[in-house]
Amino acid sequence: MANTTLENDALKIDNEKGNFKYPESYSFDAGVGLTADTVEYISKVKEEDEWIRDFRLKALKVFQDKPMPTHWASKDLETIDFDKIRYYLSKGQKPSRTWDEVPDDVKETFERLGIPEQERKFLAGVEAQFDSEASYSRMKEDLEKEGVIFVGSTEGLMKYPEIFRPYFGKVIPTADNKFSALNSAVFSGGSFIYVPKGVKLKQPLQAYFRINAENFGQFERTLIIADEGSEITYMEGCTAPKFETATLHSAVVELVALKGAKIQYITVQNWSNNVFNLVTKRGLAEEDAEVRWIDCNIGSRLTMKYPGVVLKGEGARGEVLSIALANDGQHQDTGAKMIHLADKTTSNIISKSISIGKGRSTYRGQVHMPKHLKNCKNNTECDALLINTNSRTDTYPAITTRGENNTVQHEASVSKVSAEQIFYMMQRGLSEGQAMSLAVNGFVNDLMRQFPMEYSVELKRLIDMEMEGSVG
Amino acid sequence: MSTTFPSTEKNESSPSHAASALPAWFTERQALGRERFDALPMPSAKDEAWRFASASKLDPEILQTVEKAPAPNRTEEAMQRSVLVNERSGKAVFVNDQCVDFEPVSEELQAKGVRYLTIEQALQSEAALLEKYLFQQKTELGSEKYFELHAAFLKAGSVLFVPRGVEIEAPFVNYHWLDGEGACAFPHTLVIAEDNAKVSLVDVFFSVDGESKGFAAGVSSIIAGAGAKVFRKVVQDWNESTVSFQLDNTSAGRDAEVKSVAVNIGAERARFENQVTIEGAGAHVKLYSLTVAEKRQEFDQRTLQTHNAPNAVSDLLYKNALLDRSRTIFSGLIRVAEGAQQTDAYQTNRNLLLDPTADANALPGLEILANDVKCSHGATTGNVDEDELFYMMSRGIDRRTAMQLLVFGFFEEIIEKVESDELAEGLRTLIHQKFEKKIRSKQLV
Repeated sequence: MANTTLENDALKIDNEKGNFKYPESYSFDAGVGLTADTVEYISKVKEEDEWIRDFRLKALKVFQDKPMPTHWASKDLETIDFDKIRYYLSKGQKPSRTWDEVPDDVKETFERLGIPEQERKFLAGVEAQFDSEASYSRMKEDLEKEGVIFVGSTEGLMKYPEIFRPYFGKVIPTADNKFSALNSAVFSGGSFIYVPKGVKLKQPLQAYFRINAENFGQFERTLIIADEGSEITYMEGCTAPKFETATLHSAVVELVALKGAKIQYITVQNWSNNVFNLVTKRGLAEEDAEVRWIDCNIGSRLTMKYPGVVLKGEGARGEVLSIALANDGQHQDTGAKMIHLADKTTSNIISKSISIGKGRSTYRGQVHMPKHLKNCKNNTECDALLINTNSRTDTYPAITTRGENNTVQHEASVSKVSAEQIFYMMQRGLSEGQAMSLAVNGFVNDLMRQFPMEYSVELKRLIDMEMEGSVG
Repeated sequence: MSTTFPSTEKNESSPSHAASALPAWFTERQALGRERFDALPMPSAKDEAWRFASASKLDPEILQTVEKAPAPNRTEEAMQRSVLVNERSGKAVFVNDQCVDFEPVSEELQAKGVRYLTIEQALQSEAALLEKYLFQQKTELGSEKYFELHAAFLKAGSVLFVPRGVEIEAPFVNYHWLDGEGACAFPHTLVIAEDNAKVSLVDVFFSVDGESKGFAAGVSSIIAGAGAKVFRKVVQDWNESTVSFQLDNTSAGRDAEVKSVAVNIGAERARFENQVTIEGAGAHVKLYSLTVAEKRQEFDQRTLQTHNAPNAVSDLLYKNALLDRSRTIFSGLIRVAEGAQQTDAYQTNRNLLLDPTADANALPGLEILANDVKCSHGATTGNVDEDELFYMMSRGIDRRTAMQLLVFGFFEEIIEKVESDELAEGLRTLIHQKFEKKIRSKQLV
């Protein structure tokens, strides 16, 4: 990225910022390549029960049998060499409990991300993941008192099988797609969260992910269950160091919102520009429940991510708000899925994308309303902003509607920053870069305002980092 | 475009030997079509180009049906009923691909170089012209196999050539009829409008009776030169036992204005592919369609607006009204090539669901490779607006009438686009007949 040249000097972006790399010292390493042995090794190291091992092995078979989805997706997927990827890597450390125990280099990452110490302390629990294992996990005592469970994936399945097993792999079945199968075979890390009935978490739970080993794919697995009437906000953000060869990130995130529960899941994705980010995210909303995905994709080489909500109970609500920024060499293939399965369900999708240089952003969406449903509503808005003459954007929604009194509306528009706007601002003394930055901020501003404060601050910082060089 | 009409190269063979005197390039293309048809796989629902469509219902043995297709029988009846448009510049009536009635262009227009011929006539007298334009535009929206089938069996249809600067007001009207059990048709329409020419035409697709099984695979091509104005109207009302393909393509030159209005009422399953390529700067293309689907009808619409040149406008509006267990699929794509700056491209799909069992699918797509563009698409699906009903009822209009007014109002937006009172009235009659019965019997109100 550092060597790429943009047509417009005003838009040159310093991509070295946010590139971190630290020495590696891994005590557990499954080697490269993926076979049944790799899977058994992972399961053995993690001391898992037999059923989990069987689940992994079955998933491996599905992964190997499924073809690459290149009949509709980018051919770039074919460049992934599954034999050169490390599928498991652990520091061999138990999740640490206090801030002091967190390795300094991880702290440094937080520092560069610009999360102030004060804010960090304020946030309820911080689950920072260093490669496969949670390197730091902490929950405030009052959260524990309320019965909230916040653990890693293996721990969750081993210690609380009665809570997590019934939903594990149910929202996103192993065979959902090739990459959900891959994750099911080699998952490690991630968060398993249970919020008991009626508990409303005031502060968001947070986890930062980082990749820090060459050729190492991160396969975290997250399952959040919000019991009846409970509320939770979960924040996930990631930065990754820059490597020469591509790395693979393939997560599976399942959300279950039981009757009247609310889950808000927030992601800042800022992997380095050689990461394939192929993630499956889906939420299940029971009666009157609400699942909201806030998704922001700034990094990675290719991101394919379509957060979905299955609206299973009457009156359920689903929402996806997303911002994607594609720079040179990047393809942000993102979107949303809304599957309506009950009457009076409503869903809302708002997607904004910005393509810079030769960047390409794609919106893929699915809205499904089967027959015999009544009074369902969907609203979809996709806006794309193209900065340079060779930027590219695509929109591919798929909408199926049946039933009575259902309303679906989809709107998409493509525009550029208008020359008049830039001229107007420059004429009042702003530089071209400043004007451009303001215009881009204005484009995403109305969506950003809907995000939680700490998220929008960080997001603005990341977008500014991408647009850097255009200012001044 | 700078085509000089090759009228001097008259084919000398007499009409009686027509069949034996087909040009070699044509018979070779037909053989190639047959070859390619055999080689291409059957479409499958797994292909993106066939998403949501009932590809599995396509008959893999269609060739046998085509080879056994009957000769026309009720030609008189078909001729008598070919009266949708009276004010016209020319007319052709085909029944099962046999030309049964032909009104040539006036001598005055003929003298100006205008040619209006059946494909059979053109193969004899204007072979060089046909060779230049026939099958030059390809189809890439999924029905390549049926495009080749059409090429293999093509014999009916019309060729319309309007030389530079000639303007013709009244439309040319082509009727294609299917008659009898197992009838097949491969209607072809080829329009070449040279620079600054102006022409309009109407293609009508009807079945003689309401029950006989039929199959049709039609292709139409419009080549509009610089500043040319072409207006094509399509009325498709095959009977509800017919499977139909209509594969259209348009190429618009610099500052050309091309408009098409399609009204689709009939067929059991109808696939309509429409691809428009803007080759010249400043072209202006409008695509309108109205579909009224009932029972178990399936209308599968695929469109592609390609902008290869800057400063052009394309605007698409497809409206579908759905009853019973009918299905519609609208899959549209706007593709703006690199360098096609200052493009305005719009795509709108409106679906009106009048029964809970009806099924509307929308796949509105954009692929934009230029940044200075205004592109948007919108797709909405819904029922008749309760507020609008209430508004009318509060002014003393009963619910059923209000419902009718709203539904017909939904249609009217497209119908009035045909810009001909006579044709608009004919379309209203066709649609309202189908619809009023429905509203009465189903008590939609």
